[in-house]
Amino acid sequence: MSAAIVGIGELTPVRYSEGKTTLSLIAESVIAALNDAGLEKEDIDGLLVGPQVGETPQHVPATVSEYLGIEPVMSNTVDLGGATGPGMVWRAAAAIQMGMCDTVVCVLANKNEKGEVLKSPNRNPIREFDVPFGASGANTSYALLKRLHMEQYGSTQEDFAKIAYRARENAQLNPKAIFHGKPNSVEDILQSPMIADPLHLLEIVMPVAGGAAVIVTSEKKATAAKHKPVFLKGAGEKITHRAVSQAPDSLPFDYSIPRALKQAKVNIEDMDLLSLYDCYTSVVATQLESAGLCAPGKFGDFVRDHSFAPDGEYPLNTHGGQLGFGQADLAGGMSHVVEAVLQLRGEAEGRQIPHATNALVTGNGATLSETTALILGGTP
Amino acid sequence: MTDFQNVSLPGPTITPISQPFWDSLKQGAFTLQRCNICEGWIFYPRAHCPHCFSQSLRWEEASGRGRLKTWSIVHRPGNPAWQKLAPYAVGVVELEEGPSILTHILSDTHQFDYLQKVKVNMITTGDQPLPFFEVYS
Repeated sequence: MSAAIVGIGELTPVRYSEGKTTLSLIAESVIAALNDAGLEKEDIDGLLVGPQVGETPQHVPATVSEYLGIEPVMSNTVDLGGATGPGMVWRAAAAIQMGMCDTVVCVLANKNEKGEVLKSPNRNPIREFDVPFGASGANTSYALLKRLHMEQYGSTQEDFAKIAYRARENAQLNPKAIFHGKPNSVEDILQSPMIADPLHLLEIVMPVAGGAAVIVTSEKKATAAKHKPVFLKGAGEKITHRAVSQAPDSLPFDYSIPRALKQAKVNIEDMDLLSLYDCYTSVVATQLESAGLCAPGKFGDFVRDHSFAPDGEYPLNTHGGQLGFGQADLAGGMSHVVEAVLQLRGEAEGRQIPHATNALVTGNGATLSETTALILGGTP
Repeated sequence: MTDFQNVSLPGPTITPISQPFWDSLKQGAFTLQRCNICEGWIFYPRAHCPHCFSQSLRWEEASGRGRLKTWSIVHRPGNPAWQKLAPYAVGVVELEEGPSILTHILSDTHQFDYLQKVKVNMITTGDQPLPFFEVYS
């Protein structure tokens, strides 16, 4: 074992937490532990938090990171009831050993309000400061991010539409894809209704039912496995914000993708498959730029010059992406892992990339807030 | 101009920490937190300074002015309560003081320019005035 506890911060229990929120108690506890450790805010690069019943149903690490004002490169909600505290400690050590981060704050806090407490599943900053102004849900957030890109760089509606067009071209090669047999032209996408201008209906994933699981084992057991094993060669993660209004200028993919490549000691040009999370067209756009496949703001040139096809120069989301495959909620993100495994095993049938040995797989949550990148390879 | 009085919209879920922000709006003032140590402006309200982790903050009236960083014309709101008012505009405003705020942008034309100047125009829904913004020149 090569990790140690160097700081503690504990609040004095009070029967009722007047004037506090769970988030403010989290901040108090974190600051106390940092002071005890003699460390600075900037030293924290990992965050483990518990579920927050009655305040934040989802995206807890992003909400806590944004509230605290930190940008961890490893974060997670640990949900093990009374075992959560100790469960956090070894998970922090595991993340440090994998080289994901150096210093993890593990924090649990709870408010206890007196009297009739407003019961709502969602009483967090995004509910308080976005919803009353008419901004609810992911579509509006991604519309704001797309508009920002268009204004900052002059990217066009056609540039974005091309991403959905190319994804659904690939879906024609995958009989499981929801858009199989239903290709879109760029014109179809641009003519589809505005949901939240500048975002068209056909730039958004279709919600579907589905599911996905993967089994991870030790390298030793993997060599005896039934199928050709697919190895994890590098990973990168960064969480910066929850609400789109709080997004930093440099989005977290700018860190997580290059970091995964660096850990795996490979270059983006070594990737045989780009399996990039694509809940919206603009999410692929930003990743092409973060990955260094084009200059910032220039994704339009990339998608004009390159198809995403398995036999092209840059095979991208060969399963159709979620834009072509469908998004079974969180399982949609796993579809990018599954496709990479199929390609690296050589089992992708009608859409097999010749000699596929390396894949970049990414995931994205909230509003380009929670990002993870993996390098998967056919050899250890 | 849109009639916000005769629709039932989801109001803010006010916490003990954010109460002074919403209370000051009722007095017609747009106030933000400011750190006594690093002097950084803070939005949304917190119990600590997200810039330097100090726990010594004060409330200070802000200019209520900023620039429109990005916007969207919402045709299909995520919250059905807003459907009656669609299409309408929301945007992210970078306040003169530094922090950014998500807000409703009052506009008849829905035509905006990047980094256009905007200022607060308080609109009351329910019994709570909200800091909506509008373009000014």
